[in-house]
Amino acid sequence: MKTGGTIRALICLAAAALTATGLVACGGSSDESGPRELTFFVAIQPGGTIEEVSKRCSEESEGKYTITPEFLPTDASQQREQLVRRLGAEDSSIDIVGMDVIWTGEFANAGWVEPWTGALKNQVTEKVFPNVIETASFEKKLYAAPFNTNTQLLWYRKDLVKKPPKTWDEMIEVAEGLKEAGSIQVQANRYEGYMVFVNALIESAGTEILSGPEEVDLEQGPTEKALQVIGKLANGGAAPPSLSTSDEDTARLGFEAGESAFMTNYTFAYGSAQEEAPDIGKVMGFARFPRVDASKPSKPPLGGFNLAVSSYSENKDVAFEAAACLANDTSQKTAVELDGLPPSRSDLYTDKAVTEAYPGFAGLVKESIEASGPRPTTPAYQDVTLAVQRALHPPDKIDPEDTESIYDELKSNVEDAVKREGLL
Amino acid sequence: MEASTPPAKTSSRTRSERKLAWMLCAPAVVAMLLVTAYPIAYAVVLSLQNVDLRFPDENSFAGLSNYVTVLTSSLWWTDIFNTVFLMVTTVAIELVLGMAIALVMHRAIFGRGVVRTSVLIPYGIITVVAAFAWQFAFAPETGFVNNLPLISDEMDWFGGRFSSFAVIIMAEVWKTTPFMALLLLAGLVTIDDQLYEAARVDGASAWQRFTRITLPLMKPAILVALLFRTLDAFRVFDTIFIMTRGALETESVSILGYNQLISRLNLGLGSAVSVLIFLCVFLIAFVFVRGFGAKLDEGRPGG
Repeated sequence: MKTGGTIRALICLAAAALTATGLVACGGSSDESGPRELTFFVAIQPGGTIEEVSKRCSEESEGKYTITPEFLPTDASQQREQLVRRLGAEDSSIDIVGMDVIWTGEFANAGWVEPWTGALKNQVTEKVFPNVIETASFEKKLYAAPFNTNTQLLWYRKDLVKKPPKTWDEMIEVAEGLKEAGSIQVQANRYEGYMVFVNALIESAGTEILSGPEEVDLEQGPTEKALQVIGKLANGGAAPPSLSTSDEDTARLGFEAGESAFMTNYTFAYGSAQEEAPDIGKVMGFARFPRVDASKPSKPPLGGFNLAVSSYSENKDVAFEAAACLANDTSQKTAVELDGLPPSRSDLYTDKAVTEAYPGFAGLVKESIEASGPRPTTPAYQDVTLAVQRALHPPDKIDPEDTESIYDELKSNVEDAVKREGLL
Repeated sequence: MEASTPPAKTSSRTRSERKLAWMLCAPAVVAMLLVTAYPIAYAVVLSLQNVDLRFPDENSFAGLSNYVTVLTSSLWWTDIFNTVFLMVTTVAIELVLGMAIALVMHRAIFGRGVVRTSVLIPYGIITVVAAFAWQFAFAPETGFVNNLPLISDEMDWFGGRFSSFAVIIMAEVWKTTPFMALLLLAGLVTIDDQLYEAARVDGASAWQRFTRITLPLMKPAILVALLFRTLDAFRVFDTIFIMTRGALETESVSILGYNQLISRLNLGLGSAVSVLIFLCVFLIAFVFVRGFGAKLDEGRPGG
């Protein structure tokens, strides 16, 4: 970026010196005649989605703007760290932000991202899953264009298990009864992935962590039911050896190595197993995230990225247009083709791009997203997730027979967190 | 410096030397004031306020309430315990190993240069890289450690508090022992060989020579080495951050500060943690300099 600018400036100078009139068109953010340069800060996607959609949208703008992607690390907390440092310093070099679903409340409340209004707002929310729009909104305003979404499915071994279990209790029982591969892969290291897991269990049990930005819900009965599942899994025979340090990748590796009959993980796990471990991939079955309460449908995890326009951008007007293009249906199809990322538009699930990426389970992914239970939306999200992780990690500290004391700890931690009190 | 030189005996030469010293130091002092005093003062100011980047409209004066929050939190004391535990164990192991390596380096007859250079290699590796290497070595999926005899294949090193501490300590010791050895070697070379010869003539054993000559004469070098390493070890961050992120109660105070400042963007609370860490470091340095009488300028002519 910087060197590019310097070189361009030098070429400009040289050109201006050569042509006596100095009327050489030199592209720059302040120059109205050339395309405006937009910088898109977003997590890297290994399949090349971001490069592809940036290029396509730049071309489609017909000289209005060019989008240059700046890649952030793959780890969600490191992405956020880099972004908040720049946004906190009012850095004008960010135009478009690839925003994880959990950052919306924080970024919006801090005044770092601009609300969407009018025709563009309608355009970017058209046919998008309502709970995905929810993750891009804060206090009834839309702050980002939904791009890709994501959800976790239950992956299981068809050669070991005849039919997928309906509930967590049933799954733990089946796993413990297996002679080989009797473990369940989840994400339980002390990081955001554990929060995803815990939140999905609490939502599935029939309650939620927060009912509003500052209102703690955590109804005791259902919450304890969710905690019992974690405790039972962690302290029983179905726990993989390094459960307390597991993440999406160790779960995938464990499953591909044939150590586990079950795994809850994002959709990338399917493609990965087909390539890395074809023997396992062949017998890989899929089902909806299991229930906590047998009488209530499960609420699977929801992830994904939404595209926001930075408040410190000097090109807000075109940045909105560019973000709308980056998030449109063609871009979403590119994302599913190149990186297997589920679209946020519900009408795309019958499209060839999606049915090819998710052979046989495109409908299940759609159902899972529609039923999903998003993580809480609050400006103090980081406090809430740290509080939950601190209260419940390591998972084997939860005694499935007596969850009351840990419930009390969880509730008081979260109550402090929404008020942003205490050390975390 | 002042304490060791009675003012009555200060000659004019010493005085002019001291003036020259101050003039030579002045640019460095000014630079230090600009780059360290300002941020420290700013951290103190922030620590007395409620500042949260996520809630820009809610800034207010907080008085000492941030300090009260930190000091009454059990988390702070757990982390202080962890940090001090890591500091004491790593520095103790490093001192013993470092001394042994320094003696070997000092007595090496052939290949002196090669020995001294190769010992320094771990110190030249970036901490984060070293931490990853150790983490991969101990991870059950990727590491070779669990394949070693006497170690269970299922051992989950980062699944328990003290096994995590063990790996963190090993990585830290591996990385910084060379630094310790180098500082000790510097002290070792200043000892006059004639003392050893005289002792040998008097019939002193190797152990006696070590405890009666080497250790007393190296006291200043040892204290300086300990001071540097202790201050460094108290701020341990990278290794823990890579290996456990502070999970399973392996968190150090630096990680606690990071969580408040970078994760929560709670600048008030985070600054209070930072200022308290600074005070702890200051206290450690004070104890070393005053308590143990570590004279940083010993051996300097006229010092």
